[in-house]
Amino acid sequence: MLSRTADHLYWMARYTERAENIARMLDVNYQMSLLPQGGDIMEQSWIATLSISDLMEAYQRKHDTVTPAKALAFMAFDRDNPSSIYSCLAAARENARAVRGTLTSEAWETLNSTWIDMRKAVTRYSLGAEIADFFEWVKYRSHLTRGVIQGTMLRDEAYHFTWLGTYLERADNTARILDVKYHLLLPRGEGAGGVVDYYQWSALLRSVSAFAIYRKVYRDLITPRRVAELLILTDDMPRSMRRCMSQVYMHLMAIANSQSAETERRAGEMHASLLFGRIDSILEVGLHEYLAEFLARVADLGERISQDFLVPSAIR
Amino acid sequence: MAAPTPYNEMHAAEGGVRTHYQAFDKWLASTSTEWLSQKRAEADMLFHRVGITFAVYGEEAGSERLIPFDVVPRIIPADEWRKLAAGLKQRVRALNAFTEDIYHDQNILKAGHIPAEQVLKNSQYRPEMQGVDVPNGIYAHIAGVDIVRAGAGEFYVLEDNLRVPSGVSYMLEDRRMMMRLFPELFVHYPIAPVEHYPDLLLDNLRSVSPVGVNDPTVVVLTPGSYNSAYFEHAFLAQQMGVELVEGKDLFVNDGFVYMRTTRGPKRVDVIYRRIDDDFLDPLAFRADSMLGVPGLLSAYRAGHVTIANAIGTGVADDKSIYPYVPDMIRFYLSEEPLLNNVPTYMLRKEEDLKYTLAHLDELVVKEVHGAGGYGMLIGPSASKEQIAAFRERIIAEPAKYIAQPTLALSACPTFVESGIAPRHIDLRPFVLSGKEVTLVPGGLTRVALREGSLVVNSSQGGGTKDTWVLER
Repeated sequence: MLSRTADHLYWMARYTERAENIARMLDVNYQMSLLPQGGDIMEQSWIATLSISDLMEAYQRKHDTVTPAKALAFMAFDRDNPSSIYSCLAAARENARAVRGTLTSEAWETLNSTWIDMRKAVTRYSLGAEIADFFEWVKYRSHLTRGVIQGTMLRDEAYHFTWLGTYLERADNTARILDVKYHLLLPRGEGAGGVVDYYQWSALLRSVSAFAIYRKVYRDLITPRRVAELLILTDDMPRSMRRCMSQVYMHLMAIANSQSAETERRAGEMHASLLFGRIDSILEVGLHEYLAEFLARVADLGERISQDFLVPSAIR
Repeated sequence: MAAPTPYNEMHAAEGGVRTHYQAFDKWLASTSTEWLSQKRAEADMLFHRVGITFAVYGEEAGSERLIPFDVVPRIIPADEWRKLAAGLKQRVRALNAFTEDIYHDQNILKAGHIPAEQVLKNSQYRPEMQGVDVPNGIYAHIAGVDIVRAGAGEFYVLEDNLRVPSGVSYMLEDRRMMMRLFPELFVHYPIAPVEHYPDLLLDNLRSVSPVGVNDPTVVVLTPGSYNSAYFEHAFLAQQMGVELVEGKDLFVNDGFVYMRTTRGPKRVDVIYRRIDDDFLDPLAFRADSMLGVPGLLSAYRAGHVTIANAIGTGVADDKSIYPYVPDMIRFYLSEEPLLNNVPTYMLRKEEDLKYTLAHLDELVVKEVHGAGGYGMLIGPSASKEQIAAFRERIIAEPAKYIAQPTLALSACPTFVESGIAPRHIDLRPFVLSGKEVTLVPGGLTRVALREGSLVVNSSQGGGTKDTWVLER
């Protein structure tokens, strides 16, 4: 297939996934803001959210202070913010439009309708309690997009590039969500088990649809260690880093070409270290350090995929 | 001069509904305005969702417009279509013969039928094409011929579009929409299908591949997703099952054209291009073109790739050449033209200029190289100031203009604000030339939605209608 087509599909999938994960991250912040806690913690939590998405500078160019309402508006609806939900859905749709002939009509129409409704959503949702409905809507549109792709697309290269983008983005996003929340929550005392802590951790788990899964897997108290283990190393947890990397590796192998050997090796290595990793050794290194390195390796993999498949070094 | 009452496609002048519209009329009488409005809103919603839209330059980012779709079809009886189709095929055969002749022996010029400088000094003439052989001698693989009706059985060709004619996707989508909105109508009428157009197009493109290529790779070349016809480019590529490429996806190496794929370069044999000549190859034409493929012309001249339509077809559909088409038909085919040309005054001629300047309020004046309904004067509906301004422009450069009598374009009932009312229409059938000349029974009917307007172009407030050619 055309390299440009592969590029658009890959980014279409990444932006769709990113929009969903931003919605998840904002949702957990919003839920936590409803709990009794100090304003400084709230502010810290928003600063952390903006920082982990590398958006603090862009935010400060527009706003002097960090308030929940401003940060929420900036990350959900601001079209000047390239990582807002609005911008991600626009980018997903623009990429889809550029390859609409490669997508099935159902897939294209789903992405296009999402965008049409997103434009209306800017005025429809206030930043109050309704905002939770908006996040819910973003999540469901993302589920629908993936479902339509799963249900209608030919299992060819286009399909693999799409899922490669999805899982690489999800691996990145899960690591970021865990990083930002873990560090905000941890100082409050490992295993303290207070009511607020309970809600905080359960909000984090819910943000990655893992609350019920946690219950099923551990049948026990929520502890930070287990939360980390679930989101990093648990294979049957669909948003865990291990699960994502196993999918990345599988789809990458399906599209392997003559120059992608090193990229395959690096993806395989990342997958293997998650496959055989232990949570104790990870916590020993330091969770933040571990996640930072993981994010760097995901970025490296993304660049290598671009070079090997999307921007081939043909004569020009 | 009082404008004569235009021919109405549905209602006869002497009263009553024409035979081929009777079943439709009965159906229409059974509907309500509210219901039709609802159906039209449904159509708009569907067109938006499917993304049959075009971006408007300079408007808010992300805003896109629809070309208005009208729910009243344009119906053409079988015998009228037979005559039209025969005339269209004849005309396109002659135009292809003319183009081949111009880029080879120029017999028609030698025989004195057309002044040589008219052709060779024309900005659409491409000296790069002189002596280049193209597969099957076909230049205009896809022609969109604009036709209007003045009276019963009286069809005129308004324009031969031989460069990158567009609109065929609307022909297909309008049909799909009508079948979805009003399936009951299709029971009453033996409507000839048009859905196989993409198959015919692909067959046609494959039939003109370079010599020696058995299983040609066909691509559609688009300027990109910001082009107003992008939907059509993507649609045709998808329907044919071929790649939709942009200039940057292609490159030329050792005289052959390749596309960049995830598995390395892949050779391309036939390019259905939707980019104007000027932008095709920055090494040969406009150097600032970001849309083209450097070296494409040389690969083409070497016979290693087919470009459809060929480079240089503009020399045959130019408005200054148009008056000679009937002569071409006689010269190349030894036949009498089946379709009428509109009488045309060529303002580079002294006597034509004099006549035109004296009758500006009755005539339509067009720029020779203009397209899209821009740069024209419609005398009968223009103000004194507009006419005076246009007069200046003509006097400054008479050779840039032609003039034609204002035709009383036929009108077709159309669903507008005030209900069902007649609006002027034209018709653009699409003629394919490869090993043979074919066309699907139908075309794009464009309608001028403003009352009294004769301009049907979508850039100027025109809409579209489904076109029904009856099988019997």
